[in-house]
Amino acid sequence: MIEEGKKRVWSDYQKEIPDDHYFYVRSCIRQSFFPGSEQFFLRFMRDILGKDFFENPSHTTCTGIGYHADVVPFQTIQTVVARHFALMKESGYKNIAISCVTSFGIYTEIIETWKHFPQELEKVREFLYKATGREFDVPENMAHTSDIIYKFRDEIAAKAKNLLINKKTGEPLNIVEHIGCHYAKMFPKYGVGGAEFPRVLSGMIEAWGGKVIDYPERRHCCGFGFRQYLVQANRGYSLSNTIKKFSSMQPYKPDMVLTNCPGCTMLMDKWQYTMKEMENVVYGENGESIPVLTYEELAGLVLGYNPWDLGLQYHMVQSEPLLRKLGIEYDPDDKYKTSDGRQMPIPENMINV
Amino acid sequence: MGRRVVVIGGGVAGMEAAGQLARRGCNVTVFEKETETGGHVKNWFHLFPDRKDSRDVLRYLGNKINHNNITLFTGIAVEGIRPSNGSFSVFTGDGNEITADAVVVATGFDLFRSEKKEEYGYGIYENVITSADLERMFRKDQIRMHDGSIPGKIGLVHCVGSRDEKAGNLYCSKLCCVTAVKQAMEIAEHLEDAKVFCFYMDMRMGGAMYEELYREAQENYGIGFIRGKVSEVAQNIDNKLIVKVEDTLTGRPLKMEIDLLVLMAGMEMSEGGKKIAQSAGLDTGENRFFKPADLHFASNESNIKGVFYAGTCTMPMNITEAISHARAAAADVMDYLDKQKN
Repeated sequence: MIEEGKKRVWSDYQKEIPDDHYFYVRSCIRQSFFPGSEQFFLRFMRDILGKDFFENPSHTTCTGIGYHADVVPFQTIQTVVARHFALMKESGYKNIAISCVTSFGIYTEIIETWKHFPQELEKVREFLYKATGREFDVPENMAHTSDIIYKFRDEIAAKAKNLLINKKTGEPLNIVEHIGCHYAKMFPKYGVGGAEFPRVLSGMIEAWGGKVIDYPERRHCCGFGFRQYLVQANRGYSLSNTIKKFSSMQPYKPDMVLTNCPGCTMLMDKWQYTMKEMENVVYGENGESIPVLTYEELAGLVLGYNPWDLGLQYHMVQSEPLLRKLGIEYDPDDKYKTSDGRQMPIPENMINV
Repeated sequence: MGRRVVVIGGGVAGMEAAGQLARRGCNVTVFEKETETGGHVKNWFHLFPDRKDSRDVLRYLGNKINHNNITLFTGIAVEGIRPSNGSFSVFTGDGNEITADAVVVATGFDLFRSEKKEEYGYGIYENVITSADLERMFRKDQIRMHDGSIPGKIGLVHCVGSRDEKAGNLYCSKLCCVTAVKQAMEIAEHLEDAKVFCFYMDMRMGGAMYEELYREAQENYGIGFIRGKVSEVAQNIDNKLIVKVEDTLTGRPLKMEIDLLVLMAGMEMSEGGKKIAQSAGLDTGENRFFKPADLHFASNESNIKGVFYAGTCTMPMNITEAISHARAAAADVMDYLDKQKN
């Protein structure tokens, strides 16, 4: 592998990521499955870096899942997104920070459509005005929140309490990076590093001391694929794609998978349970499954946050093997306690415990 | 009106045009931006379809420009052309200006920069090479992988940067198919045990004896031809290349382990040509090559009277065609100079 070649590709795909003042939009899935991620992101940006990230409680789903499942028409989703832009305008912001890769793809697709077909933009302005009386501006800048963590990766490295190094062996952790398809595959110019050799996650891993695994099915879809997963009859197809990915990464003995897409995090995490149940197969070492983390969760671990405050216990594949490798101390008794100390129910059949 | 002609480019077409014009009594000045003449041919080993040693062609062309009426400057690029009182001022990269009565643009082509097809990993995976890299290996008689070992399974990818909207080139480079066939046969000759596969969209064997060569490759060399465009190249833990392609004849996706992958880089308008086009106001076509005044009966003429084209600066063509085109350019220049004189 010629690193210089990758650097050349990365240099072709540099995007402008604003330093401050964002209108922040959440993800439907992440709030449910990985609630610590968005919470960490906002706390870190606001409290540690002192940045301005504004949320408007009237923000809704982008309806992207419905759009990709062919139940929400394009003009409808354009109008929903236009409403988000109207909320942003009313709140006085020009930069948008998007937590979800599906939404990021939707917003990008819509803005590109408007660039190439201005008549669509005019139609949507009319739809939104008639429906809500609102007006909107197209954002001046659009960043996925992984772009923003990438931008501040060196600041995080400078404050690191736990580098991505196996404390026992002193070797860097082997980390698989998985980029959501809708981050850059549709519009490579809007992704850090482009679509073929994306830099957004590998840049974080390297900045924090880890080693990036480049395996044959690195670019392959996680298996989510919307209709593949959402239509129950297609789930075998979804699962076969996930198996393809995990089988391909297995020889490299990954210590963890890092993702930037809610659907990918969910699927690569939860399908490992399914694969174990169906075929008694695990893809990590020592009979363990491979922890799948979001970039905010990993950034939080690097910065020394309590893993349970980051919400790692809400994953299907538990992260204890990773925490042990990193030498992170944790209290197993606190794992399912609320912030005021009340015991929550403990899930059964947890993986990696 | 004199007979001073500047030829821009010392490749096949430039050398042939200069030689023809010198024989007809013109005072010819040839500018070649490289330190040696010969263009891309000097980097090639054998030529299709008859496997002629490229050095034979270079010898022929070298004899052509070894003429008292020709002044050759190597290592000097032409930056611009400006019409001036019925003649032309030609400006060179070293700051000089030379006057000509007619100009022949023979700036040739550049090979498509294969790293632009990021999915193939040229410049990232060590064992992904281009057709030009392979020719250098032929010349050294050493077809080797990056670690020095002998490849057992070799793939050749057609249409790299040609017929490819994503790469910005809708046109066919015409010569990559036959180059791939020739190279596949040469690989089989160099490495007896190697398995060789060509991944193609269509086999465009439009030249004399090309189709026969294709047949020979299948019948006598056992080259495998798979109709499908390679979608992605990756590398596995053993540093083998994993090539994904859809075999469109069987209708099935394929995933193959390959030791060495050769990209058939297409032909593009040269960077030097682009500069000259811009500075002189010469028309270029949709394919970005120089646009002849008429594709049927004025393929050597430009939109500026007295400026002529020769060879692959106008479109992809093989050596035979480039030489014929250069001869036609020389004939047009002579006609033009005669008319100016009268």
